Amino acid sequence: MKLRAELAIKCATHESQTESRNHSIMQYNGSAIVAMVGKNCVAIAADKRLGQQALTVDMDFEKVFRMTDRTFIGLSGLAADVKTVHDTLRMRVNLYKHREERVIEPKTMAHLVSHMLYERRFGPYYIEPIIAGLDKDNKPYICATDLIGCLSLPEDFVVTGTASDNLFGMCESLWEPELEPEDLFETISQALLNAVDRDAMSGWGAVVHIITPDGVITRDIKGRMD
Amino acid sequence: MNFAEMHQPEFAQAPATERHSHGRWEPYVDNGGTSLAIAGSDYVVVASDARQSNGYIINSRYSPKAFQLTNNVILATSGYAADAKRLVEVLEQNSQMYFHKHEKPMSTTATAQMLSNTLYGRRFFPYYVFPILAGLDTEGRGAVFAYDPVGNMERVVYRAFGSAAALVQPFLDSAVGFKNQRNADATRLLDREQALKIAIDAFTGAAERDIHTGDWLDIYIVDGNGVQHQKRELKHD
Amino acid sequence: MQLQTEQLQSAAGFKFDNVKRNQLLADKGLKLSTAKKTGTTIVGLVFKDGVVLGADTRATSGPIVADKNCEKIHYLAPNMYCCGAGTAADTEFTTNMVSSQIALHSLDTGREARVVTAMTMLKQHLFRHQGYIGASLILGGYDVTGPHLFSIHPHGSTDKLPYLTDGSGSLAAMSMFESRWRPSMSREEAIELVKDAIEAGIFNDMGSGSNVDVCVITQGNVEYLRGYSRPNQRVEKEQSYTFARGTTEYYVPRAAPQPAEVASAMDTSA
Repeated sequence: MKLRAELAIKCATHESQTESRNHSIMQYNGSAIVAMVGKNCVAIAADKRLGQQALTVDMDFEKVFRMTDRTFIGLSGLAADVKTVHDTLRMRVNLYKHREERVIEPKTMAHLVSHMLYERRFGPYYIEPIIAGLDKDNKPYICATDLIGCLSLPEDFVVTGTASDNLFGMCESLWEPELEPEDLFETISQALLNAVDRDAMSGWGAVVHIITPDGVITRDIKGRMD
Repeated sequence: MNFAEMHQPEFAQAPATERHSHGRWEPYVDNGGTSLAIAGSDYVVVASDARQSNGYIINSRYSPKAFQLTNNVILATSGYAADAKRLVEVLEQNSQMYFHKHEKPMSTTATAQMLSNTLYGRRFFPYYVFPILAGLDTEGRGAVFAYDPVGNMERVVYRAFGSAAALVQPFLDSAVGFKNQRNADATRLLDREQALKIAIDAFTGAAERDIHTGDWLDIYIVDGNGVQHQKRELKHD
Repeated sequence: MQLQTEQLQSAAGFKFDNVKRNQLLADKGLKLSTAKKTGTTIVGLVFKDGVVLGADTRATSGPIVADKNCEKIHYLAPNMYCCGAGTAADTEFTTNMVSSQIALHSLDTGREARVVTAMTMLKQHLFRHQGYIGASLILGGYDVTGPHLFSIHPHGSTDKLPYLTDGSGSLAAMSMFESRWRPSMSREEAIELVKDAIEAGIFNDMGSGSNVDVCVITQGNVEYLRGYSRPNQRVEKEQSYTFARGTTEYYVPRAAPQPAEVASAMDTSA
């Protein structure tokens, strides 16, 4: 590999080591999504960038979707699959409502997504979803899956996207239990903003949804646009 | 493209016949681990974990990565442990030579420049080390210098390098740099106790999520009174 | 319409409609990312009255811990549990699928399923997929013929042994078994040995970590000891990092999006 001349300029940090990651499908469009549990509430936040490798194409790209009144899904990864999976899931959630005559619970939706992904075990969708919502008893629910649908159900926070390492570092230090909705907003926003500022593939604005028993608060937060 | 691939020197390419029987020579290993430094108005805090690893194996639970170079200069490293050890030896020798030649200890800024020169001297077969050099400048202010493996130098207020750099650096941006906060003065420097707390919390967080960071934490605090060292326990899993 | 949706829902088995597209992306030079493979320590042993299974609780993606407290001892039947190592999704879905087949089999026969039956179902499923389902399993249970312990490899081969370890921490764990296991151990001794074997993996293998889960299966009884040992609790933080309200700047509040349940996504009113 004849990239030596570029080294002096590019390897100001350890990141030069992980340069090849930019060429994988999961890193192609760039994204950063995080969800956190609070006191009787959950929050989910995402950046707004859509890129093609280093080129930014859109600064208002939707990656978090409101699937029911109080269940949201965030899809990171290949933007084409974000759209495809969202549309398919939309159909499945609507069908569920008509068949069962009730709204799907976040836990049920998590297993629906998990099965949708594992069905394509040998030809996967390149997305890693996270789900956040309140169940019928107003209990917070968050989960994440990998690209073939392996669920993980932590009780504090979940992260996904090209800035997932950065988000892990932020959440691990900032998160604490029993945050009120307004405090959870500050914590999740600061975690996301500082994470995307150290990731070249995500950022360019962000959106935060706080899901409470009384309704959803949605805010477009101000961040660096570079 | 990883560092090792980029830095195959010409002579590292064994003849084709030899390659078949021995495989390609790999001169570098990533031994993991994380280092950080935070500068204040009259002090610096340097912290490094002490785990040295290779793949899923722990080579050593206490193999320090931060070294005291002179009376008031600390060098924190990460990357390839053998190269870091050799680099420290070279720097120690040269600063000793300086001391005998000039009959005064080398200043922090001079040591910083010497480190840059030493690294660039190996431009085409570099030390696989990501150094952070910390001390007090001639005015007694905290000084942190961060480098890439070939000697590009930058004076900064805080920096994290190593396997958990991606986890720690954004946290330092928030806690030390006050980034993205409406009412904060981003140029404010922390007092020493706060900086120490932040350094510790950065590592307990990193040890939770980065498998290469853990076991023990070495902390150096440099101020007008000299160097103070402490050792803390991190998680061992 | 009815027919179409039912076809959509009832299609069994794997779908391969993305394979061509993904291969095209790979040919364009984009690397295909791989699924979450977990470094793991899982063990099982036979003691006087039954079997004990053990597992750590760390799930990794690369060098990052994705889940600090995941469950690796999967339910198979009332008298059977199964530890999983390898590709996390494969262990989860393979054990789930076999679990449901065993439940139906028990209803069909009116008997409690035997451990060999589960073992055969697992190995036939894995062999059918020629190793592409990356599940490495340790199966333990107690049936009408007594206690049984099997290991099942991704290609479908199986072993029947009195003590077993698997995963990236298997060597560390096996060092405990090889030095301390003996026939007809008591229940307390067996649990202690399993705990120590998993802890050997947790501390000496970086792919394994956090807590020890233990599952004791005896005649007519199962004890699932989730978090039997928790040697890696996080220490208290030096300080809190919450922010004053109003710290984050945001644009004028906007109305939350409405779920597009019927309106824009599809019209189901007709």
